Amino acid sequence: MKPLLILPILLPLGFAALSLFFLHMRRVQRLLSVVGMTSLLVAALFLLQFVWRQGIGVVQIGDWPAPFGISLVADLFSAIMIVLAALMGLSVSIYSLADIDAPREGAGYHPLLHFLLMGVCGAFLTGDIFNLYVWFEVMLMASFALMALGGRRLQLEGSVKYVILSLIASSLFLSAVGILYGLTGTLNMADLVGRLSASPVHLVNTLAVLFLIAFGIKSALFPLFFWLPASYHTPPVPVSALFAGLLTKVGIYALIRVFTLLFNQEAGYTHSLILIVSGLTMITGILGAVAQNDFRRILSFNIISHSGYMIMGLGLFTPLALAGSVFYIIHHIIVITTLFLVSGVVRRLQGSLQLPEMGGLYAQAPWLSLIFLVAAFSLAGVPPLSGFWGKLILVQASLSAENYLIAATALMVGLLTLYSMSIVWGKAFWGTPPDGKAPVRILTIRESVPYYLPMAVLVLLTIGISVAAGPVLTLSTRTADQLLDPTAYVRAVLGEKP
Amino acid sequence: MKSLILSTAAKYLLPMLLLFSAYLLLRGHDMPGGGFTGGLVAAAGFSLHGFAFGMSDAKRLLPARPLRLVGAGLLLVLGSGVFAMMKGDPFLTGTWTTLTLPGPGEWKIGTPLLFDLGVFLVVIGATLAVLLGLGRED
Repeated sequence: MKPLLILPILLPLGFAALSLFFLHMRRVQRLLSVVGMTSLLVAALFLLQFVWRQGIGVVQIGDWPAPFGISLVADLFSAIMIVLAALMGLSVSIYSLADIDAPREGAGYHPLLHFLLMGVCGAFLTGDIFNLYVWFEVMLMASFALMALGGRRLQLEGSVKYVILSLIASSLFLSAVGILYGLTGTLNMADLVGRLSASPVHLVNTLAVLFLIAFGIKSALFPLFFWLPASYHTPPVPVSALFAGLLTKVGIYALIRVFTLLFNQEAGYTHSLILIVSGLTMITGILGAVAQNDFRRILSFNIISHSGYMIMGLGLFTPLALAGSVFYIIHHIIVITTLFLVSGVVRRLQGSLQLPEMGGLYAQAPWLSLIFLVAAFSLAGVPPLSGFWGKLILVQASLSAENYLIAATALMVGLLTLYSMSIVWGKAFWGTPPDGKAPVRILTIRESVPYYLPMAVLVLLTIGISVAAGPVLTLSTRTADQLLDPTAYVRAVLGEKP
Repeated sequence: MKSLILSTAAKYLLPMLLLFSAYLLLRGHDMPGGGFTGGLVAAAGFSLHGFAFGMSDAKRLLPARPLRLVGAGLLLVLGSGVFAMMKGDPFLTGTWTTLTLPGPGEWKIGTPLLFDLGVFLVVIGATLAVLLGLGRED
């Protein structure tokens, strides 16, 4: 089973390297891109099935034994995240066939997409905290290039902000890793579990907060989110869809991993802090969204707001709450990517993403409106869609933890999300277009297929999660149980010896 | 601007730098050196040539386009890791064998050399891709 664990890293690497040979042959590149993402998705599904049946899988890279070499570890959480990453990669690579122009493709758009996926999958798989930093860098490097590729003025401005803030977060992360190594003398996460519990608690807490800040910048939590709405609306739509679906979630993944495995000694302090941050993130994010006028900026602020839900479960730190977090991540990645993909077609149809310049989309593209409506309702948590179940689990968990304030916040933010989505619906889809607007454009069939296919599949998946909320909850619950029991993780990596 | 001193020096320095980079690459497994440093030295040689004779001239000296070098290097790295997997070992496990050649006698050869060669190509390719991109006039 060893090859299966490393495939999510090797496949994107192989396909990226191959397509570097065909930079001037557009068709070959596009074919390689879609085939590569499809194979990644297949490998990811097999990995999930393997982990579900046989428990945590481990590979020691280069055959170096555990605390010394680098271990790759796939538990259920990693496997779920890899499946989602591969799914988003495939959707975006198909969508890009219609939306990315030839100069960008010639400059290496498709290989960069694969390098990004390699970094994301590597971050999900690694069991070594320094290696996690390295994968973050791989992912960021690819994302810098993707964000600046094609270089319009606005795009470069967004990239500069994004690069600088990412680098600050990286240097904080690296400093934290350095201090952690100085404190314990190891970087293998499984090995760290035992050594951290033997370390002085105040030092461990300081480190925990340092990691919280570093990952908090990456996952755009309050009060460190300001880079996200300043940059995510500038690159081409498929790029911002992929970033929206995956990049902040890698930060959330790292937070959940680190705060369930390593920093769980004094949950009363660290996890309460996370809970406060989650509440403030939800509120500020959604208030920002309500005040915006640009379609993609509204969605960007919604990403921030909903990141709050994902770490709310971590902050409550009960099995049900953590299961809610996992459920919410699964739901949110799919829905927010769909909404960003919708915005790309809207821009093609209307020539703008500024709400005051838009209108009449409902008459112009009824199917697109339907897709938007389902995804937006799901994001807001209207029953019976997937977002409703995610919020229901989280609210129930906070009520049983007798934390009424965060439950009220979660419910109120759900309502405000509905409000912000209804502004978009009312202005862009229902409203009448302003006078003197550019003539309505119509997509050809050849363009429509790559545009609509990924969106339709993702929306059907959302509906699927809504209908099959039971099985998905079972999966999330098992994932949460695995996360809350670090001994199994440690035993899988280090062997029977404690 | 053409400089006689620079172009004469570059003409002699390029072969020496390339030779030195190969030396660094080969000794790198057990001693200071390796694919990364070797690649940087080779890239320095090419860029020196580029400064003296123009970047398009330096590009002609390369066996392939810089980004293709990167691709080839990455495939070599991938191959060196997958080789161990085909034998049933984890990815990137070093696999060694000894070659007996008539001239120098016994040669220890293994997949880490392949890995280093891959890194060497990636570094040359990436450095030159950046330099050519910066030196382009448009």
